[in-house]
Amino acid sequence: MAETLTAPAKVAVRMTVNGTVYAAEVEPRLLLVHFLRDNLGLTGTHVACDTSQCGSCVVYLNGDSIKSCTLLAVQADGGQVTTIEGLAKEGTYDPVQQGFWEEHGLQCGYCTPGMIMSSHALLQRNPNPTEAEIRHALDGNLCRCTGYQNIVRAVQHAAGQIGGGGSTPQAASASSSQNA
Amino acid sequence: MFPNQFAYHRPTSVEEAVGLLQADPEAKILAGGHSLMPAMKLRLAAPSALVDLNRIDGLRGVSVNGGVRIGAMTTYRQLIDSAELRQRLPVVGEAAENVGDQQVQSRGTLGGSLAHADPASDFTAVMLALGGEVTAVGTGGQRTISADDLFVDLLTTSLQPDEVITEISIAALSGTIGAAYEKHRHPASGYAVVGVAAMLTLGADGTCQSARIAVTGATSKATRATAAEQALIGQLLEAETIGRAAAAVPQGLELNGDLYASEAYRSHLLTVYGRRVIQRAVERVRG
Repeated sequence: MAETLTAPAKVAVRMTVNGTVYAAEVEPRLLLVHFLRDNLGLTGTHVACDTSQCGSCVVYLNGDSIKSCTLLAVQADGGQVTTIEGLAKEGTYDPVQQGFWEEHGLQCGYCTPGMIMSSHALLQRNPNPTEAEIRHALDGNLCRCTGYQNIVRAVQHAAGQIGGGGSTPQAASASSSQNA
Repeated sequence: MFPNQFAYHRPTSVEEAVGLLQADPEAKILAGGHSLMPAMKLRLAAPSALVDLNRIDGLRGVSVNGGVRIGAMTTYRQLIDSAELRQRLPVVGEAAENVGDQQVQSRGTLGGSLAHADPASDFTAVMLALGGEVTAVGTGGQRTISADDLFVDLLTTSLQPDEVITEISIAALSGTIGAAYEKHRHPASGYAVVGVAAMLTLGADGTCQSARIAVTGATSKATRATAAEQALIGQLLEAETIGRAAAAVPQGLELNGDLYASEAYRSHLLTVYGRRVIQRAVERVRG
């Protein structure tokens, strides 16, 4: 039988975020991004346009790169979420984070978590992207400082570090996660 | 921004989903949600309930066996990644690669796109050109609707409120086919300012046996460009014929104009993109 959840009563959600299981009671209309930020305090995932265009809120859900402002928290019930806070491993930056550091792939930094998450998703699928492929993959991420040149260089730097040799450990766990 | 209150249902079968839709005429289906959720956040849509199809087994996947069958909840990403589709009908993955951005491709579904019938979506035109049909299940049972009969008007289809698209199919195509889709992408939204899809088949004598050409973005609903089709059928597909057909793409269509692109500019774009896709379809059909 399906679960039938009726507003305005709160409904139970349970999901694994960056390896930690969280359970909460939420309104069905609560967006995943607000659940991450307001309920869990994971404020690295940003809200900017709020109209599904800017990509500041990109996270992984069950290995898919998604906009957490366009998904309900209840839709992630049972799922595996990785946010920007989950990329670094034991104090060591992910190669994509390192690339943004080395190439100064930011100006004000507001779009940076989303840029890094989208770039990470690109390199999962295509470890050796061309410049055109990088720009295409970042089509859903807006930088209003217009710092795109260094962002592209940052992704190229990360690709060079990964060396086309496959995924990073964190990425592997994101893509092998399962939908409960 | 957050949506109005609504009840959330997560059915595990199509029958259950249909029952929920029948019980509440103000309920909406949630598929990929990338048109619906932004509309709900802006309060342009305020359904009383969402019927989330994402946990129904059997609505995702691609099978190629003569014809092509695509589960309604198959995402653009899955269309892009399908090796069978790439081999048999590469136009589908190519079109999916240019829908929205990689996050939209992760969540957006083919069935959702067709049911929403956005006047500037890509797959409405692609399915018209490919002669696709959808299988819909409702309280009245199951039926198939051809793409030609599906799109009625702006954001309006011939689906009943309690009907759920379960599958999209493209019949087995005989002989050599060539299909292509290209669009003039709106630089901000990624939607098609105009998009043109074409599918051609060749006869043994090298003349064009059938031609289906469809446009999106330019009119209130995706529409066949019949004048262009007629300019190709029975002809040898030489440059002059292709040029004549491309020039005929806007013929007989009631074109949209807006701040970004006037009617005249859209008409011009249709001939440019018409020529490109017919040319590519011809190259493909000739292998």
